[in-house]
Amino acid sequence: MVDVAFQGNAISVDEQVDRAKALGRLRLGDVLFRNLTRLAAITVLVILGGIIFSLVYGSWPALHAFGPSFLIDETWNPVTERFGAIAPIYGTIVTSIIAMLIAVPVGLFIALFLTELCPMWLRRPIGIAIELLAGIPSIIYGIWGLFVFAPFLQQYVQPFLISMFGHVPVLSTLFEGPPYGIGILTAGLILAIMVLPFITSISRDVFEAVPPVLKEAAYGLGCTTWEVARFVVLPFTRVGVIGGVMLGLGRALGETMAVTFVIGNAHRISGSILAPGTTISATIANEFTEAVGDLYTSSLIALGLILFVITFIVLAFARLMLMRLNARVGV
Amino acid sequence: MVMISGASSPLYAKRRRRNVITMGLSFGATAFGLSWLVLILGVLLWEGFSGLSLAVFTEMTPPPGSAGGLLNPIMGSLVMTIIAVALGTPLGMLAGTYMAEYGRYDKLTSVVRFINDILLSAPSIVVGLFVYEIMVAQMGHFSGWAGAVSLAVIVVPVVVRTTEDMLTLVPDTLREAAASIGLPRSLMITKIAYRAARAGMITGVLLAVARISGETAPLLFTALNNQFWSTNLNAPVASLPVVIFQFALSPYKDWQNLAWTGALIITLSVLALSIIARLLTAQRKTS
Repeated sequence: MVDVAFQGNAISVDEQVDRAKALGRLRLGDVLFRNLTRLAAITVLVILGGIIFSLVYGSWPALHAFGPSFLIDETWNPVTERFGAIAPIYGTIVTSIIAMLIAVPVGLFIALFLTELCPMWLRRPIGIAIELLAGIPSIIYGIWGLFVFAPFLQQYVQPFLISMFGHVPVLSTLFEGPPYGIGILTAGLILAIMVLPFITSISRDVFEAVPPVLKEAAYGLGCTTWEVARFVVLPFTRVGVIGGVMLGLGRALGETMAVTFVIGNAHRISGSILAPGTTISATIANEFTEAVGDLYTSSLIALGLILFVITFIVLAFARLMLMRLNARVGV
Repeated sequence: MVMISGASSPLYAKRRRRNVITMGLSFGATAFGLSWLVLILGVLLWEGFSGLSLAVFTEMTPPPGSAGGLLNPIMGSLVMTIIAVALGTPLGMLAGTYMAEYGRYDKLTSVVRFINDILLSAPSIVVGLFVYEIMVAQMGHFSGWAGAVSLAVIVVPVVVRTTEDMLTLVPDTLREAAASIGLPRSLMITKIAYRAARAGMITGVLLAVARISGETAPLLFTALNNQFWSTNLNAPVASLPVVIFQFALSPYKDWQNLAWTGALIITLSVLALSIIARLLTAQRKTS
């Protein structure tokens, strides 16, 4: 570039110097901008590192005091300062399982409807509606769950479940006790409604990535729509669907507000899914500002660390799966 | 088995029956999914609008048992959102720029992309704990600044993701044209690529605002709450989501009604933001 600027004798020496200066400025700006963007990209990594470091640092007193038994102890007693994480871990996992049991089949069927059955003009509106459902803040689900959904479950659904399964051997423990309305089951159901749009929109996207020629070949052989979905679309998109499901699971595990409203915040493990319980995030949200004493605060941060490690693994797995699908579709 | 038309072997009948059942299920699943949207929005509109009045926007949050409004949490939410966007957007855009422009095939980029995607769906309550540790615990008190920073941490991954995606969509011929007239790379990016990707990048910011305007968990123990009017960001600041959380769980009817109204305000603004964002990207596609 510099050479071009100096070519031609019509330019005076002053001008040549000016141009060289201008080019120098531009080059400096270029280097600065490049390093600025690089620094910003590295900052993203620093944020993650900071989160991990601060959680480990904050939870150190609790981990030091209780050791590995923190993970399996059911006690949660602020008065005697004995804390164990198993009850919130159990609640987190059980509510997420309930949510996934409902949201995965429903989400896959909706995605199937949107990609195979739905008339073209209706696809966009339904797609937008599902995405609106994903955009509603979780606190809205929480307040709705508390005032509308939990009373409804308490009056109609839970008494029915109790009377229906009350005398069946294994299921009777699952549906034992009075219908509180709030509890593990309610939280699981709210989570199902919340993760449904995530699973639906990712499944729809990966279903749409199936090359039409594959589906057409199957239809040409005389396959029914269901057979095409089951034996062509699903095997082709399996890794993507698993990725989408894991992404939904990551949301369900870490969801805070919707669960906090309806879980009941009881630190115990009950065989019945109608009983109140707690999850990691609900415990932190409910108790953190009221926690007095370093050990109490530190135990709550340790819960946060456990939650972060679990969701990190789930989300990393989800991303790897989706990346594998993309690599395959790209080929 | 009697068939109405087509082949009449039992195998065909079975396959057809299975198809009808599963297609019915997928139709039912869609109706099921959409009915939640209707149910939630319906109740929200009903409860929210019945409590909506001018006082909501002009009066402070009341003590239990008396009438009042939501002025201080609305202001608190607005101020913290603006600061969070002001902090998070430049950082996210620069990082996205590096990933799409300078280091598109770098090792660093793929690592940052992977980590960013995880941050994008990481539990927001963990972000709250992080900011509590680095700001609240160090300064010794809850503050509006801490709330704004925790929201900014949530803004960054959203903006990084959309900036990278949108810059990647900018055709390389534009970049080559800019380079061929001797434009340095930084100017090529800021004058050409940014302009071409502008609508998409603004969409990203809008989506980030939509995301944080309903966030409650990270504010619970950073900005805390404040019953009174406060412009001091070094003190606890009220925010709409936290006030909804507190009021909805209270036994007082006035407070619960205000919680519904607050929920309506948040939902309407989130929906408005996502509709504007959608319109912006739709425009981009058609042009």
